[in-house]
Amino acid sequence: MIDPSRRTILKCAGAFGALTMGLVTGLVKSSNAVAAQWNKAGFESKAMAEALKALGAGTPVESKDIVITAPDIAENGAVVPVAIVSKIPNTQQISIIAEKNPRPLMATFDVSSGSEGYVSTRIKMGETSNVWAVVKADGNFFAAKKEVKITVGGCG
Amino acid sequence: MAEPMKIRATLQGDIADVRILILHPMETGTRKDSKGDILPRHFIQNVAVTHNGKTVLDGQWSQAISRNPFLGLRVKGAKAGDRISVTWTDNKGDTRTDEVAVAAAL
Repeated sequence: MIDPSRRTILKCAGAFGALTMGLVTGLVKSSNAVAAQWNKAGFESKAMAEALKALGAGTPVESKDIVITAPDIAENGAVVPVAIVSKIPNTQQISIIAEKNPRPLMATFDVSSGSEGYVSTRIKMGETSNVWAVVKADGNFFAAKKEVKITVGGCG
Repeated sequence: MAEPMKIRATLQGDIADVRILILHPMETGTRKDSKGDILPRHFIQNVAVTHNGKTVLDGQWSQAISRNPFLGLRVKGAKAGDRISVTWTDNKGDTRTDEVAVAAAL
């Protein structure tokens, strides 16, 4: 499947080499500036408490308005489908944490008013553990957990 | 050059159900190759989804997201033909943007 318009763009890039390169570099820089700063402290932390601290969550309140959809038993720890729905009004941020992973914090999603409090993705898990969804709404933190049993770990 | 993403956006009422499939190795930095050398960490750090140019989801990922990542979200107030654009950036500075139009409900 070759997109003809893409071909044309590539040809143009050849013709206007230097100019286009300059433009592309400019675009990349501006998009990086817009993107949220990568939470290094959080993603490098080795325990769940540290990760929560890096998120600024402290001890989140458990809430029944967060629904985690994940398998009870996942055969392959390398691909565990997880979906999170937050029914809490003004949900601003959803984070996914696997308690016993070497680095528990997996993902943080900043949800704006334009999208529902819903994300689904696929994660890697090293061993059987609780999966936590930490939701920030109106500056307060809420959490819910679900245990996922892993048959074969997906970290190594 | 990174492979193109597969993006599907389908209208359900006034909500666009967006499904994104990215082709990326998402190397954890703990795996070894056949010679026993550790494969360096290589993973997507930032993913941003925009709806008609307005950011609706800004994600930060660690290496714990599965290889060839899937991301699903629901965009409110969408109409058929609206533009959904997805941009990712990995820890080596590689980046890619793809755009689709929201398809009408079947």
